[in-house]
Amino acid sequence: MSLVIPLLLQALASGIASVGFSLLFGAPARCFPYCGLIGAVGWTAYLILEMTAAPTLATLAATILVVLLSRWYAVREQCPATIFLTSAMIPLVPGRGIYWATYYAVNGELELAMDTGFEAFKMVVAIVLGIVLVLELPQRWFRAARRKPRQEG
Amino acid sequence: MEQTRREREILLLAMNAGRILLENGAEIFRVEETIDRICRHFGLKSANAFVLSNGIFLTCGNETETQFARVQVIPVNAANLSRVAEVNQLSRRIESGAYTLEEAEAELTRIEHMPGFSRRIQTTASAISGACFCFMFGGGIRDMLCAMVIGALLQVYLMLLGKPRFSKIVCHLLGGAGVTLLCLLCCQTGLGISLPAMLMADIILMVPGIAFTNGIRDIADGDYIAGSVRILDAILVFFSAALGMGVLIALWNYLGGGVRL
Repeated sequence: MSLVIPLLLQALASGIASVGFSLLFGAPARCFPYCGLIGAVGWTAYLILEMTAAPTLATLAATILVVLLSRWYAVREQCPATIFLTSAMIPLVPGRGIYWATYYAVNGELELAMDTGFEAFKMVVAIVLGIVLVLELPQRWFRAARRKPRQEG
Repeated sequence: MEQTRREREILLLAMNAGRILLENGAEIFRVEETIDRICRHFGLKSANAFVLSNGIFLTCGNETETQFARVQVIPVNAANLSRVAEVNQLSRRIESGAYTLEEAEAELTRIEHMPGFSRRIQTTASAISGACFCFMFGGGIRDMLCAMVIGALLQVYLMLLGKPRFSKIVCHLLGGAGVTLLCLLCCQTGLGISLPAMLMADIILMVPGIAFTNGIRDIADGDYIAGSVRILDAILVFFSAALGMGVLIALWNYLGGGVRL
């Protein structure tokens, strides 16, 4: 139970951060709620998985979830999936690893720098892999997301 | 003569749609698809487009249609994804026959002049994102406030000085260094407590998300040239920011700054 409230706060923070990024990228305002939702789901999934799995694996799974949701809402809202994807995957970028790699490298602790840097690199590869894999799925799998009649305008 | 003029107009319309897409951060396949769709719908069968990350080559011409070619160089600008979404919608509606050539041209002009978000709103968004990231990296309330102010300053720097004046590398190098200096000063004066949380949060604000995602997508689609250029762009931008951060931390340590990390 003690885990639920911190997780909810983390989800809220990542959702708001994703909306901020989608605004900086100039996404359409009607997509903001979905960008925030997908970003929050991705980061929360990462945090939960990270408790038991390796960070790389957790990143991969969270990315897959983010891209699946992005494609779903892309069909539903009839916009490119990139709009949701670009802002929602930002929380998954391994900022921590990149910071510590730079920090250790500057302070001459090369072995630690290599370790953390490689870990961050693996997470970036996991993100790339997740995006590539899910984008290859056939479009018709997402057809169920289409809303029924939709007025022009 | 009349037919030639119409063919030229179709081609120019397709080129303009492609240019707006590419300028505002669309993937290569989307640009090609849109150009194809528009040309095909208005009956120009011989059109052929070759799209790079910063240019479009478009030609048409066969036994029945006139030869015509156009090359357009497109500087990489600030992306605006709503324009991409709008042009995408427009091309679908053109395909379903909802627009004549003139109407489509007018609609495209409207999309091109659609205002983006104001600078004040962008700065606010950057500040709030900075604070949220700081919390996600384990910062306390005081760290969040510092990250918020620094996030806003970073966005002001990027909009007013960095992006218009400097090359991308220098812009993000100075951005990373500036953010680091401000974070170190915050820690030194006791305003903030956790340097890593503040610093990670504000460095993340410089992640080139659109270039990175589009690069991956282009390479996955087989557009290797455009894809590698975009990935290289993303890596350079982020590496410069990290380098700026590293240089400043080294300098700070050398000058004997009080904060032990």
